[in-house]
Amino acid sequence: MTTTLPAYDEVVARYEPVIGLETHVELGTNTKMWCGCPTDFGGEPNTRVCPVCLGLPGSLPVANKAAIEAIIRIGLALNCSIAEWCRFARKNYFYPDMPKNFQISQYDEPICVDGYLDVEVNGETVRIEIERVHLEEDTGKTLHVGGATGRIHGATESLVDYNRAGIPLVEIVTKPVTGTGALAPEVAKAYVTELRDVIRTLGVSDVRMEEGSLRCDVNTSLNLPGQEWGTRTETKNVNSLRSVERAVRSEMLRQASVLDAGGRITQETRHFHEDTGDTTPGRSKETATDYRYFPEPDLVPVAPDPAWVAELKAALPELPRVHRRRLQEQWGLSDLDMQSVLNAGAVELIEATVAAGTTPAAARKWWLGELSRRANESGVELADIGATPAQVAELQGLVDAGKLNDKMARTVLEGVVDGEGSPTEIMTSRGLEVVSDTGALTAAVDEAIAANPGIADKIRSGKVAAAGALVGAVMKTTRGQADAKTVRELILERLGVQG
Amino acid sequence: MSDLTRMTATEIAALVAGGETSAVEVTRAHLDRIAAVDEQVHAFLHVDTDGALAAAREVDERRAAGEVLGPLAGVPVAVKDVLATRGVPTTVGSKILEGWRPPYDATIVQRLREAGTVMLGKTNMDEFAMGSSTEYSAYGPTHNPWDLSRIPGGSGGGSAAALAAYEAPLAIGSDTGGSIRQPGAVTGTVGAKPTYGGTSRYGLVAFSSSLDTPGPCARNVLDAALLHQVIAGHDPRDSTSIPQPVPDVVAAAKLGATGDLTGVRLGIVSEFIGEGAEPGVMAAFRESVDALTKMGAEVVEVSCPTFAYALPAYYLIAPSECSSNLARFDGVRFGLRVGDDGNRSLEEVMSLTREAGFGPEVKRRIMVGTYALSSGYYDAYYGQAQKVRTLITRDFTAAFERVDALISPTTPFTAFPIGARTADPYQMYLADLFTIPTNLYGGPGISVPCGLSEGLPVGLQVMAPTMADDRMYRVAAALESAVGTFTPPAL
Repeated sequence: MTTTLPAYDEVVARYEPVIGLETHVELGTNTKMWCGCPTDFGGEPNTRVCPVCLGLPGSLPVANKAAIEAIIRIGLALNCSIAEWCRFARKNYFYPDMPKNFQISQYDEPICVDGYLDVEVNGETVRIEIERVHLEEDTGKTLHVGGATGRIHGATESLVDYNRAGIPLVEIVTKPVTGTGALAPEVAKAYVTELRDVIRTLGVSDVRMEEGSLRCDVNTSLNLPGQEWGTRTETKNVNSLRSVERAVRSEMLRQASVLDAGGRITQETRHFHEDTGDTTPGRSKETATDYRYFPEPDLVPVAPDPAWVAELKAALPELPRVHRRRLQEQWGLSDLDMQSVLNAGAVELIEATVAAGTTPAAARKWWLGELSRRANESGVELADIGATPAQVAELQGLVDAGKLNDKMARTVLEGVVDGEGSPTEIMTSRGLEVVSDTGALTAAVDEAIAANPGIADKIRSGKVAAAGALVGAVMKTTRGQADAKTVRELILERLGVQG
Repeated sequence: MSDLTRMTATEIAALVAGGETSAVEVTRAHLDRIAAVDEQVHAFLHVDTDGALAAAREVDERRAAGEVLGPLAGVPVAVKDVLATRGVPTTVGSKILEGWRPPYDATIVQRLREAGTVMLGKTNMDEFAMGSSTEYSAYGPTHNPWDLSRIPGGSGGGSAAALAAYEAPLAIGSDTGGSIRQPGAVTGTVGAKPTYGGTSRYGLVAFSSSLDTPGPCARNVLDAALLHQVIAGHDPRDSTSIPQPVPDVVAAAKLGATGDLTGVRLGIVSEFIGEGAEPGVMAAFRESVDALTKMGAEVVEVSCPTFAYALPAYYLIAPSECSSNLARFDGVRFGLRVGDDGNRSLEEVMSLTREAGFGPEVKRRIMVGTYALSSGYYDAYYGQAQKVRTLITRDFTAAFERVDALISPTTPFTAFPIGARTADPYQMYLADLFTIPTNLYGGPGISVPCGLSEGLPVGLQVMAPTMADDRMYRVAAALESAVGTFTPPAL
């Protein structure tokens, strides 16, 4: 498509976006939702299966109590009401990766309803309302072989792996999020990030988007101010936090260009493409599938004991928002400073670096400075930059010990990011160590004084600031491998001036 | 020794336990009988000769080693082809599962094995248990041993006919709307539908999950109770299984056999003794009521007005659930696959497989159920039917405040000629008019032979409150003690 997209600023000046997010989280229970098969990722295809998760005739599901407990804890962490009585429902549709050709899910009786999650964007708190959190089973995976696209069209063979079939899946659906304007893409990303952190804190899932244990569908629509909400599209295949933001932005731009041209938005599923940042149409939802939901007759209703729910609530861990507030206090940061830490996705990284023995200020300096710059340049999440908190702590340790100066440390860090090894290894291999041999340094200082008699006289006459020029000269002859402060002190000492 | 195939399960077990015969001898006698008569009866879809003899040998070895065996050890049993049997073909009477050998045993099959019973094979049934005559089996009809030109009832006609033809002393059936009781009635045998949740459905190929109930079939009440005791009880693999002890049905059957029903209050369902049943059926029923009264029972009429809506409610709920349950038969993972020639799409192969694999009655119910669950129709059909179900349950509950058990004829008519009712589905559905309310309620029901009408057996149904299965065994055993058992003409 070669249509020129309008500028983002113009789009948000004219239209109001409404977004909604449906997030699927694979629970990290030991066994599947309805049977005793293991759930761990990987494994030869169709080795983690039994009559139940293969949907063999006669087999029956039995609900996994650990999964029920996990979803109640998620619901509580998201400030939801927990149903005192609810049922599973069958969602009927034919697809080969669904062993029974129906999915056991929840329909009009979800286990958790009406919650919210507060997220921070640009220093402001945005409350995202949660409509429902429900439990269902994951499907198997279909691999289409022989076609050009890997999609079913054009494929000559389809292979199905049922290892994933029956893994407990939690679906978290927000209410429509309005009034976020230009910030809509960032709000979407902030929500998924916060949700991920909450669930990780609960320890119920490893929430890894790249392994598919956290999956997100993004609904987007645009409307003119004061008018009814526009037709929404649902964007799938959004596989990273960054993509969440990009997908909303890209869909806003696309919809605006359609609306600007007098067109109308088709209600459809769209696929996000990581490489181009565009979305392309998937299946149209105008011919709505009738899932023929009805209460699952093979399972008894779920009626969690209120006392048990209260126990689970009391035992919730410190949630990320509270945890962050505590860190902010410990690190002595202003709201604005904390916000930049958050925006950079650096909270946990700094926390871990501090835990490894670095001061909060130094840890923050590395993660928000050099490493954030590198992450932005290469378009990756800060956490995936290639440097670990332990390495950053090691680096700072070398600086504190006077073995590296600031400039050298940055060079070493580049090596760390490029995967050359630990800071100490890189320091050695690149021959980057502060010249601390005073004899050699004194010789270099004396050489500099001799070569710049005019400057030396100025310093002797009290213009101490002129020492900078001599420091530069010494640094040049030592190829930067000296500590500037030490050099300066040495110059003043040799010239008999008090620093 | 007298003919082992004519004995009761109780007698066979005693002979085996006493070392007067062996399980192998008993099994051989029944396999020989099957070989002799099943060509005419066609009760079996699969006879597991090797498996049966191996199981029998194991029982004999265990006994020889001094092990104390259960009350039915060494007794052969025929299993309806609706239950998954490891390595033994399981077709559910359908072409779509032809050749499927399950990799696992149904819980009931496992319990039968553990109890030392010997599975002879798998019995014929209406496809997916949908029918009342076994004529809808994809493998041809079963013939009623009382008159080979007539139906043996259904869907469990194979199990009932196997008993009546002395091919097996015990059998397993499954009852969704009457599929154990109605075949029992028209073959002169005993068939019990336990409380829903009293017997495990794990491994029972589902027709209608909220109604399906596996249960025992036998030629007399005590044998049925003994089999009930072996297969019933909580199963953690079935969420709908009731975690309570099994009522002592064996003691109840023994108590009933004394012929004393003093203090027992029985209710005749008024709605079931009107114009619905054949005169010969009603005559046998009334004679039985007299017999029950003579044994001390107090018999009153009880009105259950909502029972009139049971049949339409059932024909929405059962098809709705089946439309979903049968979705898994798509040719992808097991059973039949049609049209996979490398040029057709997955959807086409699924569609061709289902087109070829399912018979007309199954397709009819899948279509009815799909329609009833559709968006916009759900409330009017499935939703409404569930409300009727609640009302029926209330009628039962109210009735059981007045009486200990309800009685009625099991089915409105005796065994009809093969082909007589296949043209009009509604005429076929009427066979289950009196049995369906119990399934909607979830309580237990038993059919016990109570007389003959024009030379054909008539059954009386006893219905009891949920988890009071013992009550119906007591009444059934008492009636049996008064009217005796019925033997069909020699084949």
